[in-house]
Amino acid sequence: MADIERRTERADALGELLPPLTRNEAAVEAARCLMCYDAPCTHACPTHIDIPKFIKKIATENLRGSARTILESNLLGATCARVCPVQELCEGACVLGTEHKPIAIGRLQRHAMDFVYAKGTDLFQPGEATGKKVAIIGAGPAGLSCAGELAKRGHSVTLFEKRDLAGGLSTYGIIGLREPIEVARAEVAMIEKLGVKLETGKELETDFTLADLQANFGAVFLSVGLGATPGLGIPGEEYIIDGLEYIEQSKLDAPNLVIGRNVVVIGAGNTAIDCATIAKRLGASQVTMVYRRTEKEMTAYAHEYDFIKREGVSFCFLTQPVRVHAENGMVNSLECLRMSLGPADASGRPSPQPVAGSEFFLPADQVVKAIGQQKPSLASRLKLKTEKGFIQVNANFETSLPGIYAGGDCIRARGAASTVRAVQDGKLAAHSIHERLVAHG
Amino acid sequence: MADLSINFAGIRSPNPFWLASAPPSNSGMQVHRAFEAGWGGAVWKTIGAPVLNVSNRYGAWHYGGQKMVAINNVELISDRPLEVNLREIAQVKRAWPDRAVVVSAMVESKPETWHDIIRRIQDTGADGIELNYGCPHGMSERGMGSAVGQVPEYCEQITRWVMEVAKIPVIVKLTPNISDIVMPARAALAAGANAVSLINTLNSIIGVDLDTLEITPNIGGKGGHGGYAGPAVKPIALNMLAALGKDSVVGGSKLPISGMGGISTWRDAAEFLLLGASSLQVCTAVMHYGFRIVEDLCDGLSNWMDERGFTKVSDVVGRSLHRVSDFNHLDLSFRAVARIDQQKCIRCNLCYVGCNDTAHQCIDLIDKDGRVVQPQSYNIQANGKEEAVNSRPSVHVREEDCVGCRLCYNVCPVEDCIHMIEEPSGRPPVTWGQLSESQREVTEDWEKMQEYRQKMGIHIH
Repeated sequence: MADIERRTERADALGELLPPLTRNEAAVEAARCLMCYDAPCTHACPTHIDIPKFIKKIATENLRGSARTILESNLLGATCARVCPVQELCEGACVLGTEHKPIAIGRLQRHAMDFVYAKGTDLFQPGEATGKKVAIIGAGPAGLSCAGELAKRGHSVTLFEKRDLAGGLSTYGIIGLREPIEVARAEVAMIEKLGVKLETGKELETDFTLADLQANFGAVFLSVGLGATPGLGIPGEEYIIDGLEYIEQSKLDAPNLVIGRNVVVIGAGNTAIDCATIAKRLGASQVTMVYRRTEKEMTAYAHEYDFIKREGVSFCFLTQPVRVHAENGMVNSLECLRMSLGPADASGRPSPQPVAGSEFFLPADQVVKAIGQQKPSLASRLKLKTEKGFIQVNANFETSLPGIYAGGDCIRARGAASTVRAVQDGKLAAHSIHERLVAHG
Repeated sequence: MADLSINFAGIRSPNPFWLASAPPSNSGMQVHRAFEAGWGGAVWKTIGAPVLNVSNRYGAWHYGGQKMVAINNVELISDRPLEVNLREIAQVKRAWPDRAVVVSAMVESKPETWHDIIRRIQDTGADGIELNYGCPHGMSERGMGSAVGQVPEYCEQITRWVMEVAKIPVIVKLTPNISDIVMPARAALAAGANAVSLINTLNSIIGVDLDTLEITPNIGGKGGHGGYAGPAVKPIALNMLAALGKDSVVGGSKLPISGMGGISTWRDAAEFLLLGASSLQVCTAVMHYGFRIVEDLCDGLSNWMDERGFTKVSDVVGRSLHRVSDFNHLDLSFRAVARIDQQKCIRCNLCYVGCNDTAHQCIDLIDKDGRVVQPQSYNIQANGKEEAVNSRPSVHVREEDCVGCRLCYNVCPVEDCIHMIEEPSGRPPVTWGQLSESQREVTEDWEKMQEYRQKMGIHIH
């Protein structure tokens, strides 16, 4: 009984934050859209969804046409409607934003997407079979997008995923507050319905080699994402919980996720904010985010920072963890050093410098780190050329090995990684792969 | 503070706003409350012949998120017994001596029936009578309402019967469902009516339900034409109002006109006054928001009059009528061009697409380096708000090619962003009427027209 209650309570606490728009709310919001010509929102969207077009279709109650407009540019429209940093993209470019409220593009997109997913409408069919085979490694947004686009063109796609579930970060790494896991699962099912063969629990180098793929497929697309969270290299590190695992458990096994009373989250990116949100919403009485620079340098989006402050999370800026203290296997504090900002480092941001003798103790019974992910280690093992540690690709998303393409976070040497950019990579890579397969007859 | 009181054909009211003869003035209780809210008068919902009504009698047109841009109805005249109406009219008038109580009537087209109803109305102490020659549905099939209003001879005949016994002012209410509104107005005038009112509702079908394929609203599986009213009909009403004012017979007689048709705000009201209405009737806006709207109707009108230096309503009435003209008298040498205020422009490009696709192709997209660029010319890999906003071209009018059609001005969503700038054309003023008289061949022969344009320096690209 207690178990069921706990499960319900936790599911509620991490349930989708924004309610769906009602039909009337959507109609009123859609009517507000000016229908700009050559619209800046469309330009700002990495997948260039024709936004005025899909919004006007909502206004005319042509929701099926609206959804199709979205999915033609972005097969993961349901995920992107929820996780896109719209303030930095479409909504940020809305012409009404300067003096008024920008159109709620993300929520309107979700309205159209929910409509077709709730009805189970199949908007696309597999293309006529070409007999060409493509292998895709990694079933995250880039892989799913590439797989779907190739299947629409009639190619036979096998999508290998090392985890038990497809969806990548949409399934494992985005908190339910923003995207319920069911949304990601439904998108995977839609891609599978296009004829994509999904092979989960299959990992490159463990279950097969690149040479195997080259022998059996006309092209390969690597969408392997990034590696694990790096170590901090401090004593007591073994007590620190990995943020991505923390999020994953909150989605797949929330009732058994252990939440401290006094939680410290190391890092100030969007993942760190997600970890702090989980801790706060699942019962921690005190949640503190620790970051070695200041709020100016933090990588989280401004709207995420605003959100977490309203959740009641505290911040310790200019603070560097140096040791986790534990007693009888139980964490009791995080020892830190004060920092000050020095000259700019390689990232262009001022480098934090320790202030001598400034050690202090932050009480904590749980420490979670979310300090970014390591570069894809696969690149060097496969002897692919890299750029700043990421897989290097040309304008056609082809790596230094002919016929091997890559996209998504594993190639993101420039700019911020995001789901929507991964989707665009997958789409454009699919186009290049298609050209290649057709050209090679 | 401006004096809003009016004397309309001998009917006095403290402000020009009357409830139109319609559902809001269906009972004594309603009219009491309307007068408490501040309405200057009420035209009682039409009384007369016995009727039965149907459900789903009001349909509405909603557009772009705005509810009730127009309403349509198949409601008939009052379905409350005549005696009840007459008793309540008398009570209301006794309780509100300073307000205008006008009673709308419609009975069978027989002199004795009309004589009887007019006498009974006069017995209530009402201030005036409005003859409903406008109702386009239900009553018209029985030879009443618009069936009368559409035939000037019937209009005149019945009005004569009424005037034989009328001791209080009589207003003839006109139907807009006619090709020339002037004719029935002249008929009413000829019969000795004291005033006219317009417009009644327009014939309309609101729509078809795409799920059931039934007519909207659905009345037991059927539906049909009903009377159309509300904000959407205002321009039609203004045109008919002006047509009466400009007519040498009707306008020349100074016959008072009560204006209605889509009046929702004091701004609408002021426009009706400026085009010659000297009392105003309101229905749809009241049905949408209730009696309380009269407060801003009066307050807004009064403030506007104060700002303009108008001290009484009659200062405003008909003041813009002399500016109503027809194409024959417009100055062909008048020239205006569109100019876009780059500081205010939000770059929605609606002016661009409107001009380029449907008007005269004289707006360009100009990039930061001053080059004309085509839409959608950005790199497919470019994204993000900074890139989208900063690389967005600006819109510029090529004024030498602009014919001043005013489409861009109309579609621009930003206040005061596009201005129509009056530019001297360098040509003496001339109207088509003058041209037809002085150089008839130019108006009849394309070659002569081309020569004329050449000579006058008129270049149309």
